[in-house]
Amino acid sequence: MLELYDGGLDIPSILKKWYCQESTQNYGAFIPFVGTIRDEDGIDGLSFDIYEPILEKWFQGWQDKAKEKNAIIKMAHSRGDVLVHQSSYIAAIFSPKRRVALEFIDLFVEDFKASAPIWKYDLKNKKRIYALERSTRIKGSGLLGVST
Amino acid sequence: MVKVEFLGPIQKESLNLKISNLQELATILQKTPEMTEWLANSAIAVNDTLVSSLDFALKDGDKVSMLPPVCGG
Repeated sequence: MLELYDGGLDIPSILKKWYCQESTQNYGAFIPFVGTIRDEDGIDGLSFDIYEPILEKWFQGWQDKAKEKNAIIKMAHSRGDVLVHQSSYIAAIFSPKRRVALEFIDLFVEDFKASAPIWKYDLKNKKRIYALERSTRIKGSGLLGVST
Repeated sequence: MVKVEFLGPIQKESLNLKISNLQELATILQKTPEMTEWLANSAIAVNDTLVSSLDFALKDGDKVSMLPPVCGG
């Protein structure tokens, strides 16, 4: 399940909803990761652009991997502006046993940072500044920059 | 025509081009100096699937997307 919201996430209600959806499905482990925006470098918050068609394909690939382990993944992310101390991201794994969930949450979140088509901007003085230095090139980048 | 779109922070309007492979697109975009950094650092998708070869054939109605470095979360 992939959920996108405008602005900051309502973490308690999303976690409660996910918990209630799966609480009778015989999953022994539920491991959420919540990303919250810290007050640092004078930012007012962060802002996000998302390219949904590729994000959905990427997410489905992970959901298929999880299914092989009898696990499921849920993810929510913000679009647009999210202020300091609000949250922009939740990923959660439900699995029969804890080890699969612990391993998947690590692999999933790391690949999310490296591959999900989401662009981050710092909000400073009402400006939106692309966070290039904190961004990661998607695997295979530079194809069109090769001189011929 | 092939539609070329520039995602995220690349501030460039979409293009509609008569091209038959990614090599031709590379040749066109490399003539624009402000695209140099984006070309060196962006991934390319055709019809929302990432591709890895300049020989990738394009046909009328295809959509090419340029994806600069990402940072979700």
